[in-house]
Amino acid sequence: MTTLSADAPATPRPAALRRDKRRWTGWAFVAPFLVVFALVLVAPVIYAIYLSLFKEQLIGGNAFVGISNYTQALSDPKFWDSLGRVALFLCVQVPIMLGLALFAALAIDSARLYLSSFFRISIFLPYAVPAVVATLMWGFMYGNRFGLVGNVNDFFGIQLPDPLSNNWVLLSIGNIVTWEFVGYNMLIFYAALRVISTDLYEAAELDGASQWRIIRSIKLPAIRGAIVIAGIFSVIGSFQLFNEPNILQSLAPNTISTFFTPNMYAYNLSFSGQQYNYSAAIAIIMGVVTAVIAYIVQNSGSRKEK
Amino acid sequence: MTSVQQGAAPAPSNQPTDKIDATTGRVRPARRSSTGQRRPRFAKPQEGGFRKKRSVWLTVVMAVMLVYALLPLFWLFVNSTKTQDVLFNSFGLWFSGDFSLFANIGETLAYHDGEFIRWFGNTVLYVVVGAGGATFLATLAGYGLAKYDFPGKKGVFAVVLGAVAVPGTALAVPTFLMFSQLGLTNTPWAIILPSLISPFGLYLIWTYAIDSVPTELLEAARMDGAGEFRTFFTISLKLLSPGLITVLLFTMVATWNNYFLPLIMLSESTWYPLTVGLNQWNNQASTAGGEAIYNLVITGSFLTIIPIVIAFLFMQRYWQSGLAAGSVKQ
Repeated sequence: MTTLSADAPATPRPAALRRDKRRWTGWAFVAPFLVVFALVLVAPVIYAIYLSLFKEQLIGGNAFVGISNYTQALSDPKFWDSLGRVALFLCVQVPIMLGLALFAALAIDSARLYLSSFFRISIFLPYAVPAVVATLMWGFMYGNRFGLVGNVNDFFGIQLPDPLSNNWVLLSIGNIVTWEFVGYNMLIFYAALRVISTDLYEAAELDGASQWRIIRSIKLPAIRGAIVIAGIFSVIGSFQLFNEPNILQSLAPNTISTFFTPNMYAYNLSFSGQQYNYSAAIAIIMGVVTAVIAYIVQNSGSRKEK
Repeated sequence: MTSVQQGAAPAPSNQPTDKIDATTGRVRPARRSSTGQRRPRFAKPQEGGFRKKRSVWLTVVMAVMLVYALLPLFWLFVNSTKTQDVLFNSFGLWFSGDFSLFANIGETLAYHDGEFIRWFGNTVLYVVVGAGGATFLATLAGYGLAKYDFPGKKGVFAVVLGAVAVPGTALAVPTFLMFSQLGLTNTPWAIILPSLISPFGLYLIWTYAIDSVPTELLEAARMDGAGEFRTFFTISLKLLSPGLITVLLFTMVATWNNYFLPLIMLSESTWYPLTVGLNQWNNQASTAGGEAIYNLVITGSFLTIIPIVIAFLFMQRYWQSGLAAGSVKQ
């Protein structure tokens, strides 16, 4: 920018022009991000939409088929099966995880805890563990060959339900995901709790409010924004569920199908079935479903705020 | 909401932020309580209040959660000290047999001509270039959005916020197809390029920059004739550093832990990061004729988390202020 003005004629420029130039400076800061953004986010979305409208046919090669991939997906029992599974997962796992995270954040913020910063760091620590390592670790522990479940069975001479069996595997995955992200959500809540003005607490205590009342009337309303954000991220995460079931598959090949979650279905359609067009359609549908539900979560969260 | 936002600016605990309060002078009073007592600093154990009784009961409940968080990591450590035979015949939560951690580490590093070391190097490359680049781009753009008015700004913001809702993994397959047409698959670029974008980081820096970089200071620098980028690099960057480190931390974790993208993009193990490599080792046991190397999978997992956990603990004092700004102001 400075070099540019040095080249300009010596006569004083009108102020308006200079301001106009400044107006475009912001673009210079934003442009590098946007260029990469366009390449790795916008272009794939457009490409996916394009792909989803075509179909590889035995005769005639790649042909335009309109929305037929979409109608196929919407009547595909495997797709609905996978979608139902992540929806169930979402309804059970997300509230439990966010509830635990909220409890931990309130406990650490309450100043009634011994060693609170140790708790904070330790509970956040699993977030740093890669999903691959977390899943392998828990997967081994679930196992009855050299895992903890096997140890417990041997020790007490009992037969615990196999965490990797059909009925339990979704719960086992929920546990892994909760373990990974409870600390992350706790930290988001805690950071929001920390910025509430202490004046409010003092006033409430002078009025004789109980701790429980302070939590309900001051703390929770004040961190509603953080709760909504954590909710949105968790919803998005649940719909995208892939890593944990995909890695567990090698430990429990018979219980985790290739269409266990929508993402696994899209992945397997592409990489085992070469059905790229159909897979793209499923990816687009999932993108729309996620965006809609994230939008609903955000709206219901901010509506209460008035 | 307003009272919360006022509180948000002097985000707890950090020296740099405190100084900024002094410059703006705007938000400092909110931090004082009516009795003139300052809110205890983040580093002090006494948080959130005054004269409160510690509760043993609450501590015990939290201890259960703590055990839940740390038990798997303890299991991992214990079992990385066992040979494969002992692994199958011993209680999982205590040491047994010879202490073979170092033998296991040696074997892990040497297995298949040291492919673990190669994967480690790849991961470091992806983290340095990917997370570093992502932080840099997000900081530039977030700052640009916070401190400049320019035509089309609203549009930029809407597009970026919309992108947060687009499931990244849902895009992975189309991204793969596009990259394979461009000849980028099976190269490090296939991993690095998508890692360079962090909409969350941009959002965080944007909210952080609004309060922590005083506009008057930028005006003053302009008066002195400093160019916009020079001001950014010499003045603003320093003020942004707590937010920047928070973003760096999160992008580092994301790239270090990245699994889905490299799984799709790479078909040869040369450019694998640790995550995909470890899973391949694990899968080896279930393929026909494959050699089971569970002790190496476990030791490798243990080695994989050490650097990221250290980075985490090292940078932990910075999360606070950065996150506070991002999470409160929606």
